[in-house]
Amino acid sequence: MMRALKSFGAFWYDFVIGDDWQVAALVVAALAVTALLVHLAGVNAWWLLPACAFAALAWSLRRATAGKP
Amino acid sequence: MNALPLVLTVFVACAVEAIEALTIVLAAGLTRQWRSTFQGMAAALIVLAAIVGVLGPTITLLPLTALRLVVGALLAIFGLQWLRKAILRAAGYKGLHDEASAYLREVAAAKAAPAASRRGISDWYAFTLAFKGVLLEGLEVVFIVITFGDNQRDLGAAAVGAAIAVVVVAATGIAVRAPLAKVPENAMKFAVGIMLTSFGTFWGAEGAGVKWPGHDAALLVLVPVVAVVSLGYAARLRRARRSGGAAGSRAQASVSDGVTG
Repeated sequence: MMRALKSFGAFWYDFVIGDDWQVAALVVAALAVTALLVHLAGVNAWWLLPACAFAALAWSLRRATAGKP
Repeated sequence: MNALPLVLTVFVACAVEAIEALTIVLAAGLTRQWRSTFQGMAAALIVLAAIVGVLGPTITLLPLTALRLVVGALLAIFGLQWLRKAILRAAGYKGLHDEASAYLREVAAAKAAPAASRRGISDWYAFTLAFKGVLLEGLEVVFIVITFGDNQRDLGAAAVGAAIAVVVVAATGIAVRAPLAKVPENAMKFAVGIMLTSFGTFWGAEGAGVKWPGHDAALLVLVPVVAVVSLGYAARLRRARRSGGAAGSRAQASVSDGVTG
């Protein structure tokens, strides 16, 4: 039972999060900051999530290729 | 929004998954036994139908803002994951996904596995291979159909896109009886990554309360921008890899010169 649960969890982790959990964390953080800016500061921060997505992708690619020929 | 971009996006995304499932099914059917393979496929399709039956209506009960926030975040993460892999493959840092070699690996494993019947299934290996292949790839199809369909409040159009993809890939597979190795899978994955990231970013930000300039028309800008940035990253990595390789060769040559000179 525990093994089945573990493999089920591992499947969904790999399916959604994939090779780099930090990309997922950055997207979630960017969404949280966007929501705060919109609802608390009244800033229509439509630009924040795309900018963070591009930055997260560049950062992840940089780490994936660092030191590789 | 027009249903055509939705149908096309779901079609391409689901075609990629269907090609991968086809490779596994062909390996099981051609090397082991078609009867058990079809039973495995049927069992997986029943499980998938049950998941759609439960998840589909449940998700539609969520308020649109919450749905867009959660689904947008998931799609953006999922899309960036696809884009990352596609860029690394395009730049040569990761091997291209090759259906022909994936097929040969599955065939070798299928040939080596002993034949055993279990629970009324004459070839348990063929059954489980087909079941797992269709279920895992099918789950991705279900995820894409439900998230795209529910967000656009047009589950029918998303289901049509997925159904056409599955039928086209299955018909082509039956016709050629071989894995679809000539399909430009990385280019398709690149395109899907761009669409998933764009739609995910759009819906996620909307769910967080953002009002996009131009409303839905913002997607017409967002998709090309994501495409240009991603292609730019791939080109930059390719250049860096080439110049790194050239520098490495020069360094090696100078070391050799030093040794021999």
